[in-house]
Amino acid sequence: MKRERPQSIADYGPLFFPAGMLLIFFVVPFGTMITVSFFQRQEGGFYTPAFVLSNYERFLTPFFGGVLSFSLMLAVTVAICCVVLALPFTYLLSRLSRRLQVFWLVALLSILSLSEVIIGFAWSTLLSRTGGLSNLLVAVGLLNQPVALFPSFGAVLTGMIYQALPYTILVLYPAIVRLDPTLMEAARTLGSSPVRAFFNVLVPALRNTIMATLIMVFIFALGSYLLPQILGRPQHWTLSVLITDQAIYQSNMPFAAAMAVFLVLVTLGLVALTLLVGRKGEKA
Amino acid sequence: MSNILQKGVSRRVVLATGAMAAGTLAMPSILRAQDKSLKVGVYGGYFKDSFDKNIFPEFTKATGIAVESVAEPTGEAWLVQLEQAAKAGAAPADVSMMSQVAMLKGQTTKLWTPLDMAKIPNSKNLLDRFINKYPDGGVAGIGAVSWYITLVTNTDVYKEAPTTWAAFWDKANADKLGLLALVSNSFLLEITAKTYFGGTNALDTEEGLLKAFDKLAEVKPNVRLWYRDEAQFEQSLKSGEIPMGQYYHDVTGLAASEGHPVRSTFPKEGGVQDSGCWALSRASKKVDEAHAFIDYMSQPTIQATLSRKVGTSPTVKRELLDLNEKEFAAVSSDIEPIIPRYDLYTTKSDWLNQKWTELIVG
Repeated sequence: MKRERPQSIADYGPLFFPAGMLLIFFVVPFGTMITVSFFQRQEGGFYTPAFVLSNYERFLTPFFGGVLSFSLMLAVTVAICCVVLALPFTYLLSRLSRRLQVFWLVALLSILSLSEVIIGFAWSTLLSRTGGLSNLLVAVGLLNQPVALFPSFGAVLTGMIYQALPYTILVLYPAIVRLDPTLMEAARTLGSSPVRAFFNVLVPALRNTIMATLIMVFIFALGSYLLPQILGRPQHWTLSVLITDQAIYQSNMPFAAAMAVFLVLVTLGLVALTLLVGRKGEKA
Repeated sequence: MSNILQKGVSRRVVLATGAMAAGTLAMPSILRAQDKSLKVGVYGGYFKDSFDKNIFPEFTKATGIAVESVAEPTGEAWLVQLEQAAKAGAAPADVSMMSQVAMLKGQTTKLWTPLDMAKIPNSKNLLDRFINKYPDGGVAGIGAVSWYITLVTNTDVYKEAPTTWAAFWDKANADKLGLLALVSNSFLLEITAKTYFGGTNALDTEEGLLKAFDKLAEVKPNVRLWYRDEAQFEQSLKSGEIPMGQYYHDVTGLAASEGHPVRSTFPKEGGVQDSGCWALSRASKKVDEAHAFIDYMSQPTIQATLSRKVGTSPTVKRELLDLNEKEFAAVSSDIEPIIPRYDLYTTKSDWLNQKWTELIVG
């Protein structure tokens, strides 16, 4: 089918709705946030319109640098773990019967209906000393006495992977289902083992999808602020936790906005870098 | 989200989710449609329900003023809403229950109508510290209710009740404490100053504050959980997962009376007494009704009812109350309380917050 170039303004009509939505729900709030981030904080009050850089200055310290690095590291780790777990799972899922696939997908979707609060509290119970999984290990004889597995980095990671894994699978699923099955068959015919075929044929064929999924999970994980609080110690609190503290507990909107703007910029920068590197890799 | 909780009073909302608070906010419950009415803001959830049930109907009966109760979000969100509305000449609530820090912040913008004490004769019943004044002597707000933060323990793990806040510093309690996560709702600086430096006056200078921070840093290895969400700690305290910490006296007493192995102790240095004030928005036109309401609430009998039904500590003098020993002990103590240094949280809030975050995160 040949596409015609739009002739009149009316032809652009269908674009107005999404553009309007983008404007109302993204551009305007984000613009407000950027504006507020330059406002003057009134201690013991609110803020006054102004143009000051002090909010950004306060952020640019080794302390916040450390928190930002931890948040990024955590989000990257979650993204990688999720994709590593989800890719083989989704591939195997795509080879099941239709009925079983539907069953699994419904089960995964039902995890999405759980709120972050419920996930956090459930895992904190599972990892507790008094009622948790370690009691099972004691019963089996693997441990001498029950231990508390939270708060810890492992607990935060577990909770966040649990939360992000269904998204990861649901994003990978359409791409893997649509993948031409003859690719794998050809690899097998040419003598490749299933594992080798998976890594040498399937993974490269899905490279763009994997990249997009990694970025999506990374951004999703970066916004997490409840699980690190419930399952981690203060050193595992992400920048989002500190932004919440400033915005809601200290009513320091300008500083919270400055931190949020910084987080968005760093995130966009990293995503751009990833895409750039990906494109270069393609050319090579 | 129910986790966006803060400022001591936040626990009142734990019982209701944020969504529920938002829901009730959108639909204020009107007790009785009458000519004279007053919109009163109280913390959503348990507080609002108790007031709707035990206090407001009686007030309407006594004065003929209908009360429309409004569920206010905790922390400073409500202050922001009142402030914005007042700029537009509107008052989402005429009288609101406000935390002390919110009171002080509202004072800087003259948000609160100065109260006429001649119209509130019952204010003479109040303890002096519950009358909140503008720098020029005008009355900005009057103590509504107060509550205590005390030293709580799991009775299965600690057979003997600890007697002093110094238990937090005891090396034997490594990884056993649950403490509030924010400088402005844990009041741990005040506790440290009272326990080790002779009183909260030690926090007058920056040097004194730094000394308190240093002392507090010694507690860190003992802390398993820095909580914002009270449900999180309460559950762990009951199960013995986190057997010691700071928590609310009334809620702990309630849990103990339900058979949970927990106890609340007033340490010899005193419990921390936090409180809420009634304050009148400058945009409100119901000035007379508001005075009548505040006067009504300052009666010893009403304060006693609040203690019995809501579990709050009275803001009027002890000798005026008909609470018996047991009822009084359930909500308060004769030990001189630690009064938070609210002034610090307005004048030095950012500095304190920064130091505090670095202390616990770093």
